[in-house]
Amino acid sequence: MLLAEVGFAEATWVLIVKSVLIFLLVFMIVPVLTVTERKLIGRFQNRHGPNRVGPVGLLQPLADIVKLAGKEMFRPTGAVPLLFAIAPALIIFSGILTLAIIPFGNVVDGVGLYGIDVSIGVLYFFAFGSLSFYGLLLAGWSSGSKYSFLGSMRSAAQLISYEISMGLALLGAVMMAGSLSLTAIVEAQDEVWYIVPQIVGFLIFMLAGFAETNRAPFDLPEADAELVQGYQTEYGGMRFGSFLLAEYLEMFVVCAIATTFFLGGWTGPGPDWLSPVWLILKTLALIFVFIWVRATLPRLRYDQLMSLGWKILLPLATLNVLVTAILVTVL
Amino acid sequence: MNAELNTDGIERVNREFPYLNEGDVISVQRGPEPGGVGGVARTFGATLKGLRTTFARIVEGPVTIQYPEEKTPVFPRFRGRHKLHRFDHDGSGTGGLEKCVGCSLCAAACPSDCIRVVAAENDPANRVSAGERFAEVYEINLSRCIFCGYCEVACPFDAITMGHDYEMADYNRSDLIFTKEMLLAEPVERTPLRREGE
Repeated sequence: MLLAEVGFAEATWVLIVKSVLIFLLVFMIVPVLTVTERKLIGRFQNRHGPNRVGPVGLLQPLADIVKLAGKEMFRPTGAVPLLFAIAPALIIFSGILTLAIIPFGNVVDGVGLYGIDVSIGVLYFFAFGSLSFYGLLLAGWSSGSKYSFLGSMRSAAQLISYEISMGLALLGAVMMAGSLSLTAIVEAQDEVWYIVPQIVGFLIFMLAGFAETNRAPFDLPEADAELVQGYQTEYGGMRFGSFLLAEYLEMFVVCAIATTFFLGGWTGPGPDWLSPVWLILKTLALIFVFIWVRATLPRLRYDQLMSLGWKILLPLATLNVLVTAILVTVL
Repeated sequence: MNAELNTDGIERVNREFPYLNEGDVISVQRGPEPGGVGGVARTFGATLKGLRTTFARIVEGPVTIQYPEEKTPVFPRFRGRHKLHRFDHDGSGTGGLEKCVGCSLCAAACPSDCIRVVAAENDPANRVSAGERFAEVYEINLSRCIFCGYCEVACPFDAITMGHDYEMADYNRSDLIFTKEMLLAEPVERTPLRREGE
């Protein structure tokens, strides 16, 4: 049985080198993201942000990591040891898996500038992206703490509510491109980026993306003011660090997917080998929006979150799909 | 007044506004109804407004003063650490002599009792101050001082004034007892002074 068709076959060693490169590249980006976020949030609040460690505070992530790694990996008595240890790993695992399908560029000199080009790219993204939800749920439940459990319950409800709208938002672009493969979708945006005809889809995807990555204004699972970091409450040291890492990783993945579907992916002026640069630049621009929104909007109330997801985003996304379907068939 | 007897004899009270007289009109201003298409549009508009507001903060730039490197300028009348003064070298023969004559008026005026003055007679051949006597010991215990400036007011010769230094933290209490030499010396770092109208 053929489960998924691989668009372009390569030698095994090429695949291994590519995966290591993509892994390293993105793991280089994550610390940069943490420091940019803190710097930007500072600027948004008329502050400087971290500027003590290294030149203009650029070595701050290094200091953070050293600090986190030096902390004790504490486990509460009520916790379930195995699941407690697995949960953060599961979240990072799902984040890294979704990295594999992000196309950093087309085939250059017989090497595709992506982890793997599967014909069911969108499904792959949702299948493995949703795994992170198990991480959150397990983390909250296995901690044996009420705050953690409340946080993970919230995140469970939130992720389920917003995943549907997220999928429907992408469906418009998928129908216009006529393919589920991410490279095909980028190539279909040759003439016009899908952000123009699919502006509603783009906005819904970004909104749902805020919720999927548990970022403000949808950071209810963490809700530091009321739930003391929610499902992360009982974690310390590098396990807590991995939650942080996973959050930024997911943010990068969601922004990269949004770039691929709506902002023309790797396309841009210049030679082919510049395409990863274009993808990363566009992704960073979207991440700036993420940070901007975080600096602007207060956290939603739980009922507001639910009514926004079910009463506004879902009908709007469905309508968007419907209109796109009619237009695609007619035109 | 607003309680009325109904036909069934039960008293009805305006529970919501019990202080109102009958016939009084209160106007309540309400915002637009939440929800609906209009509500969504308004929320979207308000969000964009919020985004513009925060972005304007980036354009504005940070207002933080990077303290150890930059210092907040103080007002000219700011009461910081005390200074003792000498006469200027203006050719009147008193140049370089201490203004303090050891009268202890500052110590008497001090509400927190942190000034200690021990006076001694001047040797006419080797004068320390311009007066008959001089302060042999002049100590201010800055850990007790409340920086009220009464010593400055009490001094008949303007020998002691409040300076502008405010960085006086130290590791030992005994290091906070400033002697005459320390008070006479120019401060190592100058505290920036606020310009006119700043």
